[in-house]
Order: sequence, then C-alpha cells, then structure tokens
Amino acid sequence: MNWNTVRPVRPLEPRRKAIIVGASSGIGQALAYRLAEEGYLLALLARRGDRLQDICDQINSSEAGQARAYTHDVVDTDLVPGLYRKVASELGGLDLFVYAAGIMFPSDQKAYDALKDTLMVNVNLVGAMAWINLIGERFSRAQEGHIVSIGSIAGYRGRRGAPAYAASKAGLHAYMEGMRNRLSSFGVVVTTVVAGQVDTDMLKNADMVRSPISAEVASELIWRAIRGRKQTVIVPARWALVSVVIRSLPSFIFRRLKI
Amino acid sequence: MAMMQASLRDHLERSKSWGGSSTVLDYVYRPNTVAELCEVLELGQRMGLSVGMRGAGRSYGDAALNGEHLLLDLSHMNRILNWDAETGVATVEPGVTISQLWQHVLADGWWPPVVPGTMYATLGGCAAMNIHGKNHWQVGTLGDHILGFSLLLATGEVVECSRRNNEDVFSASIGSFGMLGCFTKLSIKMKRVKSGLVRVKGVSVSNMEAMLDVIEDSKDKVDYVVGWVDGLSSGRSCGRGQVHTATYVRRDTGSVPDSSLSVESQQLPRRIMGVIPRRAIWRLVKPFTNKFGMRLINTGKYWLACSADGHSVEQSLARFNFLLDFVPDWEKGYLPGGLIQYQSFIAYDRAAQAFRDLLMCCRSYHVPPMLCVVKRHRRDDFLVSCGVDGFSMAMDFQVTDRTRERLVRLSRAMDEVVINAGGRFYLAKDSTLHPSTARTYLGGNTISQLAALKKRCDPEGLLQTNLSRRVVPDLHSRSDKPSSL
Repeated sequence: MNWNTVRPVRPLEPRRKAIIVGASSGIGQALAYRLAEEGYLLALLARRGDRLQDICDQINSSEAGQARAYTHDVVDTDLVPGLYRKVASELGGLDLFVYAAGIMFPSDQKAYDALKDTLMVNVNLVGAMAWINLIGERFSRAQEGHIVSIGSIAGYRGRRGAPAYAASKAGLHAYMEGMRNRLSSFGVVVTTVVAGQVDTDMLKNADMVRSPISAEVASELIWRAIRGRKQTVIVPARWALVSVVIRSLPSFIFRRLKI
Repeated sequence: MAMMQASLRDHLERSKSWGGSSTVLDYVYRPNTVAELCEVLELGQRMGLSVGMRGAGRSYGDAALNGEHLLLDLSHMNRILNWDAETGVATVEPGVTISQLWQHVLADGWWPPVVPGTMYATLGGCAAMNIHGKNHWQVGTLGDHILGFSLLLATGEVVECSRRNNEDVFSASIGSFGMLGCFTKLSIKMKRVKSGLVRVKGVSVSNMEAMLDVIEDSKDKVDYVVGWVDGLSSGRSCGRGQVHTATYVRRDTGSVPDSSLSVESQQLPRRIMGVIPRRAIWRLVKPFTNKFGMRLINTGKYWLACSADGHSVEQSLARFNFLLDFVPDWEKGYLPGGLIQYQSFIAYDRAAQAFRDLLMCCRSYHVPPMLCVVKRHRRDDFLVSCGVDGFSMAMDFQVTDRTRERLVRLSRAMDEVVINAGGRFYLAKDSTLHPSTARTYLGGNTISQLAALKKRCDPEGLLQTNLSRRVVPDLHSRSDKPSSL
C-alpha cells in the first residue's frame, strides 16, 4: 500500500466525499465537474483511464474540488470489493455514491444479439448491484449516506428497438426502489435519476432525438436532486409528461406504435 | 479470499471521537488474546490496510480512529495479570481500565500514582498517550511509573522494554500514540495511600496572574492542584476562577485499615443534592451549552466559588480525581456537533500572558470556551512529550455548523500564540494541529528519531491512526515505494 495516497482527515474541516462510477463521459463526467464545484473530494472510476485522468487534471487545476482517477471496468464485479476498500481508504470516507455507468447499443429492430444484451445488462444493472450492495451495507452501518444511479425513461416500457436496454434500466429502477425501501429507515437516501434525452455520446445510438438537454444542464438538475435528497427525479422535468403518457398507454396501442 | 472479504465487511463499524466531533467507519476487531491480535496485524498486511489502536476511545479527538482501515479495539484484553500488594506493582493487559485498577489495589492501601479526569480510560491508551493528572508537577506522567512492558511489533515480534532493556523503544513507545507497537502487558508501580480520602480546598482567584500564583504557591504544600477558569471573563478579571487543591488524608487508625480504603466508600453518589440522578444531569445542562447559558453558569460558578472561599472538605479519591465521571454522558450535552478540547502547555514565566492572549483570541473570534482548566506540569524525558516546566490550559469548545469554520481559524490563531510562547501540545486531546505546528513544537529531530524507530519496529508502516496521518504524516511517507494501483 502506498500510504502517500491515503488522505488525512481533519475533524473540523470535513469535506464531502463522493465516488462516481462511469465518470469518463456524459452525465457522469458533467456531474463530476458539478460536484467538484461544490467542493467534493472525488474518486472517479471508469474504463477509459486516459480520459478519466484528463478530467481529474482539469478538476485538480481548479480551485474547489479534488479528484483522483481509478481505472475500472464495471463488468469485473469480482474486483469491486477490493477496489471499493482502496478507494474509500484513500478518500478517507464516503458520503455520496453515484452509479452513472451505462451503455446502449444502436437501436436495431432486427438485432437478436445475446452477447450485446448480456454486456448491456452487466454494465447497466449487474455492475450497479455489485457496487450498491457494498455501498448500501456501508451506509446502513454509517446511518447516513446517499446513493444515486442514472436510470432512463426507456426503462418504463419495452420498446421494440431496444428491449435489453429497457430491461436493464427497468431492472435498475426496481433494484433502486428495493434498496430505498430497505435503507431509508437507516437514514440513507437512495435517488433514482430517470433521464430523458441528454446530449451525450450515448444519444448517438438513439433512434429518435427530441430536443435533448445538455449534460451540464442534466448535471445541474441532478445536483439539485441530490441536495434536495429526492427519491426519484425525472431529468429534465418536462419528460415527466412523456413518462406519464408512455406508462399509461395500453399495451395493444403501444405495440402498434413505431417507437 | 471471498470469505475473508465477507468477514472484513462484517467488521465495518462506526467509531467516534470522544468529543463526538468526528465519526468514521473502520473495520473494528476486538482481540481477546495476543494470538488474535497478531492475526489482525497479519490481516492488515495482507489486505493493504493500516491498523490503528483504540482503548476505551476516551480521546477527545481522532487519536483512536482509523477511518476506512482496521481498528484494534483492545478493551477485551482487560485482565489484571498480577498484583503484588507488598511492592505495589500491578501487571496488566492494555485494555484494563483505571477503574478496574484502582478498585483492585485500593483495599491493599495503594492508588494509581497518575490518573486522568476519567476512570474509564484504558492503561494501554494512557501509556500510549503518556497521560498526566492533577499532580503532574510532583509525580510526573504515567510513563514515569511504568516499570516495563511487552510491546508487540507490527512484524509479530514481542519486545520486552524497560529503562534498562531496549531503553530507546521504552522511552519512545510511551507517548508516541501507538506508532511503534501494541502494548500487550504493562507493569505499573502504584502509590501507597493511608486513606482513600483527600482534603479538598477551594480558593477563588480574581485573574489569570492570581490563578497561576496560587497554583505555584500551593504546589509544594499539596498533592493535587487544578484551576478552573471562567473562559468568558475579560479585561482586568480575565482568567478569574477557582483553584482546588487536594492533600492526601493521613489518619492514624492503628493496625486497622482505614474504612475509606474500601471500593464502596469511593462510589460516586447516585444522586446529587439527594434528588437529581447523576445520569440526568447532562440533560439539565444541555439547554445551557450555548454562549449565554455558559456565561450564566460560569458567572454563577465564580460567585459560588467566592462565597465558599477557603472552605475545605474531605472527598474520596475517586470523587476528586474523576471529575468527568461525576456527570455521566456529559459529552452528549454538546451533540450534535460535539466538542473539541484545545490544550496548550506553556513555560512558567510566559504562561499568564499566553493564556490571557488565548482567551482574548476566543473573544475576538466569538467562540467562547465552555470550560477551561489549568494544571501545573513538569518536563519529562520521553521522546514525544507535552511536558513543560509550567502550566497548561485546556479549553473545551462546542462545535456547531455555525462555529466550525471560525473554530478552525481560531485554532490557527491560538497555535501561533502557543508556538510564539515556546509552548507544546498534547496529542491525546488534539483535533486541530497541523503538521507544521507539530513539527515546530516537537522539533524535526524528535520526528526523525521517531520515524527511524518506526522504520525499525514497523517497517511496513502498518500502524496508523487518523491522528498520525493528520499531525505527523512524515511518519507514513514512503516516497520510495510505487503506488500499488
């Protein structure tokens, strides 16, 4: 162990500490900048180490936050316990955990690719479970803490273009709800961010784009939800209407729509 | 491997500093035997996690915390291994508390020579911090009464240390906050007492100079002396308060042991003034833990002291020494933010001015000290020491979200006053010291000596605490090693 990397903690000068998994691009990256502005100490995890390091360098060159990069592929769930201990020990504690890792393959109504689907479920859902189980247990002992994960409007209905993506996000929503029900009595806040269309790399794979918001705007809305200790938040709020419509459409109509 | 990780997770617990101002999560292990203790050290090595030590967790600050790493809670290793009523030497495990010890030895006419303000601290912790009592100037620190100890090093080796054997490790382990090894057995010489009583006399004093003069004048005539300062006093009466002196009562009861040498006669009363249960006091005091409430209490206490000036009473040794235990759970009165204590040690001739300056600092930062206590000290030869031939003043500050930031700036300003006066600090109480301040008061030489010893006793740098990482990071820097990432 390199002890130089373990951060000393000053009792009277507590700093909020957060882990963001999936921080090398998109919403995770934008949220890292936003939390850094709020003075958080950050541990940023993602598969693409070089991009992550650039983000850390940028944060560390600014006044407020401090960030450290950890290269990690969420499909390697075996490595999660060890990495979690290392990250927490180097941060010197943990107040907020954000799971922002997610992938989506291009929408394709003719694709029946089990490998791709498995990968999507592994990244979007199984990785989240591997992390949030550990973090949830930890926060229940600490009697405080905040868990956030990024879900999607797509998780509300199974669309013909992306059944596995929808399944992974629907699974994530249900998992987060279960965790919330389990952990809220310990004072732990569990926030599901249900994202509408946000202008990130992932959106390039979407089959239709309807005036998306920027990742910066999304991160601001997510930060407000974190600060307000919200349980479920739809980002941006106008997609709440879409979600109501989509969720209430009877299946026989939904099946006939070309979406 | 998976099982080991699962079991590690099961040990994750919340630990807090005694003052309640910092809370961390650490992997807590409570060994019963030296063999179990060794296993935890091995586990730390295997997992790449450091190991900290905790006794009763009575340090105000982060001395007994090791957030996100392993924490050895030694309170289960609490056997009194040997007691010789003839020579007065007790051999104990590190988790034995002062309370256990005095209850064990009192009936034979002995008393621990040095005790802190609470009886619930463990001897391992007391030795690691080299604690002092209200008789420091006369009998020295606890370390001065330790004849020898067994020290388990991080390497698994047990070293026997005394003033003749491994002398360097002996004088460095006492007071070096658990950085060199873990005490597994300590031999401590008790003090002979004829009775379990002390005659306590209170004298009111009108300012800081008078306070220090009274303490200085009485120090050759009495066995214990402690001063209470009204921390909210200012101007000409800055530092007013009350000095309590205590002298061992020597009664001639012939061959019959004095009845006050029984544990029962030492018990603290369950109720004060016959009505209020002691357990409820902190709830009654809580509404006063603010600026105005404290002004009321301090002023009232001072006038009470003036009206009972020179009055003396006989008190049990436990009642006089363990003042903090008289109000159980008193620290809860400061929740949710908790409290910190700031104790500084200043040489005799500069103390009055420095203490006045410290109180003025508190005023200018608008952070009143809730309780201030002055004691008389002396120098010692241990490597890490707070001892000066002079006085110390300990100030309790309440931590709230509103005052936290001011308290940080205040502590920096006070550090400057203390360093300019050539003063020292005491790590058992500390929550605010910066590495540079610690280096100034300890001296670079002391730190490099300690680092060299640590390299010998703990080459992997396994033993750490939140305190050590915060105050003396030099002990842990391993720039020669690449990151394990």
